[in-house]
Amino acid sequence: MTRYVFIESRDPFESRDTQFIEETAIAVKERGHEVTVFLVQNGVLAARESVRRLGRLADAGVTVLADDLSLRERGITAQELAPGVRESGIDALVDALVEKNTKALWH
Amino acid sequence: MNNRRLTLALMDPPYESANSTTALRIISAALEKGIDVNVFAYEGAVCLPLKDQAPHANPVKGTTVEDESHPTTKAFISSLLEIGKDKPLLTWVNCGLCVDERGASNVVDGVKRGSPADFFKMASESTNTLVIPTK
Repeated sequence: MTRYVFIESRDPFESRDTQFIEETAIAVKERGHEVTVFLVQNGVLAARESVRRLGRLADAGVTVLADDLSLRERGITAQELAPGVRESGIDALVDALVEKNTKALWH
Repeated sequence: MNNRRLTLALMDPPYESANSTTALRIISAALEKGIDVNVFAYEGAVCLPLKDQAPHANPVKGTTVEDESHPTTKAFISSLLEIGKDKPLLTWVNCGLCVDERGASNVVDGVKRGSPADFFKMASESTNTLVIPTK
């Protein structure tokens, strides 16, 4: 089994490319791999429950983490996060990156 | 564990993108965990450790250089190189051609000059490699 870490830095309202990450993450998960999506910078704008963006990821069993500093910079509180999205420090991303058999993709 | 090693390829110039801040945070967190880090700075990223960077006042707000306490990427990188001078080890290589194109050779101590061949070697010898491209 390979682990995949997708790092999404882009604002979902600025670029439809973010949908590519969502679809790819789900497709990889469906093939039996462990998948984490780490939201950072403007990528965390998708993490709010009110925008209804990431439900498919959570339903598919993808781990979705949102960078704590990026959330704070944008005034997003933990209470606003969509179900299945967890606030996380950058150290969690580092831990994921140095796991064996991990492929990382920045978007 | 000291045998873990992370390689980052950076491309964004300083003060352009939040990518630079995130990259520096990743390097800092990795060093804190005892993980060796390689950085290959490409294109505009070779200006991140430029020694000529200077903090500035804000004339609009009427604040001084000291009031602003403006962070420079060169200062962050100097600090990270100090933390990563042995174990864990931070190796920072600027792409030589990118440096020459930009006249960006006056960099902080500890930054090396290299080529994409160094990046290939770094990636080959690392636990993982993360490429952070420009948008």
